Amino acid sequence: MTQMNFATAINDALSVALDQDSSVICYGLGVDDPKGIFGTTLGLKEKYGPKRVFDMPTSENAMTGVAIGAALNGIRPVMTHQRLDFFLLAMDQLVNNAAKWHYMFGGQRGVPITIRLIIGRGWGQGPTHSQSMQSWFAHVPGLKVVMPAMPDDAKGLLLSGIFDENPVVFLEHRWLHSVQSEVPTGDYRVPIGRARTLAEGDDLTIVSMSYMTIEALHAVEHMKAHGVSCDLIDLRSIQPIDWEAIFSSVSRTRRLMVLDTASATCSVAGEVVARVTMELFGCLKQAPVRLAMPDFPSPTSPALSEGYYRRAEDIVRLVGEMLSKDMNPGQIVEMRKTPHDVPGDWFKGPF
Amino acid sequence: MTAKNPASTIPDVAGRQLADRLVIQTKRIRMVEEAIADRYSEWKMRCPIHLSIGQEAVSAAVGEALRRDDLAVSGHRAHGHYLGKGGDLKRMIAEIYGKATGCCAGKGGSMHLVDLDAGFMGSTAIVGGTIPVGVGIGLSIQLKRTDQVSVVFLGDGAIEEGVFYESANFAALKRLPVLFVCENNTYSVYSPLHVRQPTGRKIHEMVSAMGLPARHGNGNDVGQVYDTTRQAVEQIRRGEGPRFLEFETYRWREHCGPNYDNDIGYRTPDEFESWKCHDPVASAEKWYVEQQGGTPDQLRAMDSRIREEIEDAFRFAEKSLFPEPGEAYTHLFKP
Repeated sequence: MTQMNFATAINDALSVALDQDSSVICYGLGVDDPKGIFGTTLGLKEKYGPKRVFDMPTSENAMTGVAIGAALNGIRPVMTHQRLDFFLLAMDQLVNNAAKWHYMFGGQRGVPITIRLIIGRGWGQGPTHSQSMQSWFAHVPGLKVVMPAMPDDAKGLLLSGIFDENPVVFLEHRWLHSVQSEVPTGDYRVPIGRARTLAEGDDLTIVSMSYMTIEALHAVEHMKAHGVSCDLIDLRSIQPIDWEAIFSSVSRTRRLMVLDTASATCSVAGEVVARVTMELFGCLKQAPVRLAMPDFPSPTSPALSEGYYRRAEDIVRLVGEMLSKDMNPGQIVEMRKTPHDVPGDWFKGPF
Repeated sequence: MTAKNPASTIPDVAGRQLADRLVIQTKRIRMVEEAIADRYSEWKMRCPIHLSIGQEAVSAAVGEALRRDDLAVSGHRAHGHYLGKGGDLKRMIAEIYGKATGCCAGKGGSMHLVDLDAGFMGSTAIVGGTIPVGVGIGLSIQLKRTDQVSVVFLGDGAIEEGVFYESANFAALKRLPVLFVCENNTYSVYSPLHVRQPTGRKIHEMVSAMGLPARHGNGNDVGQVYDTTRQAVEQIRRGEGPRFLEFETYRWREHCGPNYDNDIGYRTPDEFESWKCHDPVASAEKWYVEQQGGTPDQLRAMDSRIREEIEDAFRFAEKSLFPEPGEAYTHLFKP
C-alpha cells in the first residue's frame, strides 16, 4: 500500500500494464507532453519508448478505429482524451465498430481497447468541456463503462479494463485527480461490475458515482452528526451495474436517493430509480429521488454555474425533505473554504 | 459456436499459372454474384446485398497479389473482396442465408463478412468505417515487425468521409504497411461523382498531395490491376510506407439489390452500355486467350467447375440449420 492521489494511481496502473505486457500501448493527444495528461502519463514514454507511448494527430474518430484495428491483431491500446467532449467525434467507431465487432462477427475476435475520458467541472469549463455522457455509453450493448471515485479503484479498474477482452470506457473526473487514498502496489485489479459500499447505515441508501461520491461522503458525515445514517454505494461500474448491491441495500433501508454527474433526463440515476421501483416497489417507504444536473448545458460564467452543479448541501437538503428533518445544510456551505467552481485550493486552472 | 465446415478452395487453382488464377477468380466472383441475384427473389437471402458485378477484376487481382497472411478489411460491397482474399464461399452464402454455419454464425449477413483463416478481418456497412481499422491493423503489423500488409478496400464515396483523411494522414505519418485500394465506380448509391467531388480533381492526385504515394489505373483490366498492386505491395513490404491505388470501374446493377436500374433515371442506358464494352470478365477472357495462350475450351472447363462449386455452396447454405433463437443472446462480450 502506498498513499497516492488519483492521477498518480492512474499513472501507476498504466506503468504496471505497460511493464507486464508488451502488447499494451498508450496514446492520445498530449500523453508525452510536459503536462502528461494531468500527470497521469508522465514518464511513461521515457520508460517504455516512443513506439508504445505516443502523441497522436487530432483525429479522434480515426484514432479510435486505429485502436480497434490494432486490437483485432493482438494489441491492447489505451487511448486518452483530455476531455470527454472531444471523443464525441469518435462515436461512429465506438458504437458501430468497437461495441459490435465481437457480436456481429459471431464471437471470433474481441476488441480489447480502453478509452480514458476526462470529465470537466467548474472553472468555466462550460457547455463543451464538462459533459458526463455515461448514460450514452452504457446504453450501447457491447461496451463496458467504469467510473471510479477513489484512487485505489481507479488503479484497479484501469488495470481490469486494459486486460479485459472487450472495449472499456474509463470515465475519469477531473475533480478527482487530487483525491488521496491508500493504493495497493503492483498488479491490483478491481473487478468490473462490482459496486463498493463506502458508508453503512439504515435510514437511506445513496447510490452514487464518480465525483458525486466525494460530495456524498461529506454529506453522509454531516448527516451522521444529525442522527441520520446512510448506506453509500459507489457504483464504480456503470455497465455492467451491480444490481445485487443496490437491491440488497434498498431492501434494508427502504429509501433510495441516486446521485449523478450528468443531466437528469435519461440518466443512469433514472435507470437505477426505475429498476429499484420495478423490483422493490412494495418495500419502498417513499418514492425514490435522484439528484443530477439540470437538463441544460453547463454554463460558463461562475455566476451561472453556481446553481448548476450539485453539492453536499443539496444532498443533505434533499434527504432532509425525505425524512422531514432539518439537518442545517447551510453549515456545509459556511465551512467550505474554496469557491464553488474549483475542487480545492490545489486547482489553479486553466482546465 | 457453429460447426466449422471444411474450407472450400477456389476450384482448380493450386499449381496453376497466375493467368489461370486471375481469370478463374474474376469469372468466379461474377458467377457467384449472378447466382445470388438470380435467387434473391426466393426471399431466402433476407438481408440487403450489394453486388460486385462489373467490379470483379479489382477483387480478383488484388487478392492474387497478396499473401494469405496479409490482412484485409472492406465495406458494404465486399463479396468480391472476401472471395478474392480467399474467403470461404460456402460460409459466405450460408451467412447471407442467415444460417448457423455462416461466417458470422448468422449475426452479420452480406454486409459483415469475415474469414480469419484467409486474413479477411471484416467488412462493415458504414461507409469508411473500416478505413481506420485497416490502418490500426497496419500499426499492429509495424509493432510486431512482421512483413505483412494491411489492405483497406474503399470506394469513391468513402473518400468523402472525414475519417478517410484522418486515417490516410496517420498511415503516412507513421509509414504504416497499409495498401488502400479505392474502387472508383463514380456513384454513391444514386449520386454521381460530379455532385460530390469537384470536377477535375483526381482522387489519386489529391491523396498523393497528402504525402501518401498514389497511382491509378483501369480497374476492369485484371492484368493491369495485378501488376500495379504487386508493385505497391512489394514497396510496402520493403518498408517504404503506405500506398494508395485508385482503380476506375463501374457498378452494373443497382446500389443495393439484384436488379439493373438503368431505367430509373439517375444514369443513362448509354453510359451503362459504354462500360459494358469494358466488361472485366470478357476482357479477362480475351486477355487469357490472346495474350496468355489459353483456349476457349479451358475457359469453358473453368465455368463448369465454378458452377459446380457455386451449386455446392448454395446446397450447403440451404441445408444448414438456422441458429437457435437463444444464440441472439451470445457473443455480446468476449469472456
